[in-house]
Amino acid sequence: MAIAFPAPRVDVLAKRDRVIAALKAIVPGEGVITEEKERRAFETDALTSYRRLPMVVVLPETTEQVAAILAFCHAEGVPVVARGAGTSLCGGSIPQEDAVVLGVAKMNRVLDVNFADRTMRVEAGITNLAISGEVAHAGFFYAPDPSSQLACTIAGNVAMNSGGAHCLKYGVTANNILGLKLVTVEGEIVEIGGGALDSPGYDLIGLLVGSEGQLGVVTEVTVRILRQAEGARPVLFGFREIAQAGQTVSDIIGAGIIPVAIEYMDREAIHICEAFAKAGYPLDVEAMLIIEVEGSDAEMEAMLVRIVDIARRHDVAVVKESKSAMETAAIWKGRKSAFGATGRVADYICMDGTIPTGRLPDVLEGIDRIVKGYGLRVANVFHAGDGNLHPLVMFNVNDPAEQVKAEHAGEDILRLCVQLGGCLTGEHGVGIEKRDLMREQFTEVDLLQQTRIKTALDPKWILNPAKVFPLDAPRDEAPREAA
Amino acid sequence: MTLHIPSSPAELAAVVAAARSTGTPLAVAGGGTRAGLGRPVQAAATISTERLSGITLYEPAELVIAAKAGTPLREVTEALAAKGQRLPFEPMDHRRLYGTSGEPTVGGVASANVSGPARINLGAARDSMIGLKFVNGLGQDVKSGGRVMKNVTGLDLVKALAGSFGTLAVFHEVCFKVLPKAEGERTLAMTGLSVPQAVAALSAALGSPFEPTGAAHWPASGGETARTLIRIEGFAAPLAYRTDALSKLLAPFGAVETLEADASAGLWADIRDAAAFAGTDAAVWRISVPPSAAPALADRLAPLEPRLMLDWGGGLVWAGVAATGDAGAGRVHAAAKAAGGYATLVRAPETVRGAVDVFSPAAGPLMAIQRKMKASFDPDGVLNPGRMYPGV
Ligand SMILES: Cc1cc2nc3c(=O)[nH]c(=O)nc-3n(C[C@H](O)[C@H](O)[C@H](O)COP(=O)(O)OP(=O)(O)OC[C@H]3O[C@@H](n4cnc5c(N)ncnc54)[C@H](O)[C@@H]3O)c2cc1C
Ligand SMILES: Cc1cc2nc3c(=O)[nH]c(=O)nc-3n(C[C@H](O)[C@H](O)[C@H](O)COP(=O)(O)OP(=O)(O)OC[C@H]3O[C@@H](n4cnc5c(N)ncnc54)[C@H](O)[C@@H]3O)c2cc1C
Repeated sequence: MAIAFPAPRVDVLAKRDRVIAALKAIVPGEGVITEEKERRAFETDALTSYRRLPMVVVLPETTEQVAAILAFCHAEGVPVVARGAGTSLCGGSIPQEDAVVLGVAKMNRVLDVNFADRTMRVEAGITNLAISGEVAHAGFFYAPDPSSQLACTIAGNVAMNSGGAHCLKYGVTANNILGLKLVTVEGEIVEIGGGALDSPGYDLIGLLVGSEGQLGVVTEVTVRILRQAEGARPVLFGFREIAQAGQTVSDIIGAGIIPVAIEYMDREAIHICEAFAKAGYPLDVEAMLIIEVEGSDAEMEAMLVRIVDIARRHDVAVVKESKSAMETAAIWKGRKSAFGATGRVADYICMDGTIPTGRLPDVLEGIDRIVKGYGLRVANVFHAGDGNLHPLVMFNVNDPAEQVKAEHAGEDILRLCVQLGGCLTGEHGVGIEKRDLMREQFTEVDLLQQTRIKTALDPKWILNPAKVFPLDAPRDEAPREAA
Repeated sequence: MTLHIPSSPAELAAVVAAARSTGTPLAVAGGGTRAGLGRPVQAAATISTERLSGITLYEPAELVIAAKAGTPLREVTEALAAKGQRLPFEPMDHRRLYGTSGEPTVGGVASANVSGPARINLGAARDSMIGLKFVNGLGQDVKSGGRVMKNVTGLDLVKALAGSFGTLAVFHEVCFKVLPKAEGERTLAMTGLSVPQAVAALSAALGSPFEPTGAAHWPASGGETARTLIRIEGFAAPLAYRTDALSKLLAPFGAVETLEADASAGLWADIRDAAAFAGTDAAVWRISVPPSAAPALADRLAPLEPRLMLDWGGGLVWAGVAATGDAGAGRVHAAAKAAGGYATLVRAPETVRGAVDVFSPAAGPLMAIQRKMKASFDPDGVLNPGRMYPGV
């Protein structure tokens, strides 16, 4: 087990009874979970190889309760780990033994839908898919679409700045949020932004989105909703050489075409997904692209003609244009089941680095070399339009030595991404998983600027401790406020 | 007045560090085209980004461009245009509004988060900013983000600094995500609509699947009739289809006329640059509200007899009012607040700007966070002190 957890603080553990009593006074009824058996459900997230049993779990139902909980914990110096659905892949919502888990899942109401302004105000615990579900009848949707959208909450999306396959056109969470209701660690309720496109002062929404529960607890979110396109249709390409696929992507973008999605799968991923989903993927190619376009039938047709033409110029071996809703569903089912299908073949860790897309052949070659060097296998699934890679490094969980090797391979892959001009994480976040790699990407001074903001908004560092920043990250004293 | 013109990030850092140690506030200047906008800064010295200039990276196939902060914006837009690309956020050229002649810079655009009509579907400058290198008020050279579009590594200081008007840091390099230039554009125009009718029409267009990239309204004024404008862009086939579909959708609101590429482009440049107020001496307010609140806002402003222009489907209201007294500040801020938005005084004589709230006052706890932000980037208040708010 490579990732260290700080030792729980004895003085905090000693307060357990007092903490429970205080939380029960704030959240009546079933909202405070103390039994070990029930707390177990909160000891990990989707980074399941790490787990810690939290001291207590509280599930508030109102912003005021959240404020009271934070005010109490802040005064007592008790760590608080905010939690949505616990689908974080980087251990972002794994607690410590001395922490209160504050779950927002019960706060899941839709507060307002405004079609004229194309906005919607929701509570933080609503799932990503439920937001779109609420407005689908009118032809609207909420754009960022992480593959976990059935389960993950908007709070988690905001904290992780989550994205999905369609981000190439619609942007990530940060580009689709207009307002937040934030509870500060001191228990103050702050309204930031709202129905207007711009909000005054510093861009606190921009700062809070992606801050991984480090700066406050979000209880309400105003999202932009968009009108669905008239139709969407994917085309699937198979290439005998990786470089041909890469060049096709470059040329499509160079021709001024921005599809809604460009997904890449390597040979290993194609085989794994085909065996599971029977999507009709070609098995004798090295690389596959799924490119989706949107619009009216005529628009899609016009766009696909251009795209297919470009692919042919790069000797595409297989071209499958979807002709029906069923074919479209099959093409996407294979891709969307990549994680699940891989899980049936082997245990794996899902990495999440990004690279400049021009370095695609280099990074794939490098990943192959790294993983083979550890005697392991890898399947690569990846958002080719924006350079976000998901290498799935496979190992056997019953072999602890192999698990350590897989973790090392994953770290080496992320180092390579940074060396190639990319970054450690494109959508899954840093959490505990990549915390100790932060120095690969940032200097001490870079980190210090970040920790200074952390200290300014959470002076005791009780919000989601031991995440994002290396445990020995540089810290200034609490900055005094400008005169 | 001392003028510092550093030519490297290290020199820039040294200037700021020295200013900090002597307690000398610095005004931060890009092209200086602001012509005395915002709250006047009281600073004994100015730091200019003039010698921090040049495009440092341009990869058309990866849709990214990076340039040093003092690079004239024109160099960037020309380099992009040569490859058929553009900055999606369509930065306003406000020289027309202010009657100034300098060169807007990359750093100035980033630090003011300048965004044009395409804001409604392609986002603001902050949405396109993916990497930033800057010197903070401590004189430290810091980077955040990078050159890839998706990056969630650590706190997103790039967005936190977009629109900070040089009060948190001096940028020395900015990396933007770019988009292909549309192959063609067209504008659908209607005349004679009232503000409520126009906002309803614009909302209908923006709520359609036809992806307008502009939605503006010029109410009737003087002898002119009101004009309601919707822009669409793209390849030839989609343009034809969308023109047709949108015309049908808008038919209930009135007759729809189609403007072809050149006329359309000129029109949107005027909207982007708030050209309606160029060459007048009106005080100009920029008010951001939820679009459906725009008609009520217009009513509340009526006593000021403003010249109005609505962009962003009604979400951005420009108001020109008499530049006398408080330039309507009391009424404008109250009306913006009642509409669920906020207002910025973007042009007025210095005496007015020194005396009124240029930016909408932020609520108590929000203001406290702003001060904490200032403290964590510039604890000694060296950079552009008071530019945004007193003390910030
Ligand atoms: C199968 C699978 C597929 C996935 N696919 C994608 C994908 O395509 N794209 C993608 O981006 N991610 C993906 N993820 C990762 C994950 O789903 C996202 O990070 C998601 O946003 C997490 O949401 P959550 O509600 O589960 O949050 P949690 O895991 O509960 O928490 C995540 C983080 O948010 C913080 N947090 C939670 N609630 C709050 C709050 N109210 N206020 C402040 N901070 C809070 C937590 O402290 C933690 O740091 C995937 C995960 C799985 C398991
Ligand atoms: C207070 C204020 C409000 C404005 N409001 C609007 C508006 O609502 N809409 C609009 O379209 N335009 C607005 N502008 C105009 C906008 O500033 C210009 O479009 C753009 O900044 C021009 O670039 P420049 O190089 O001439 O900048 P300058 O006029 O030199 O500077 C503009 C601002 O950016 C800062 N700045 C310049 N370079 C840097 C740098 N490298 N690092 C950090 N900060 C830097 C300056 O200190 C100043 O605050 C506003 C400007 C100011 C100062």
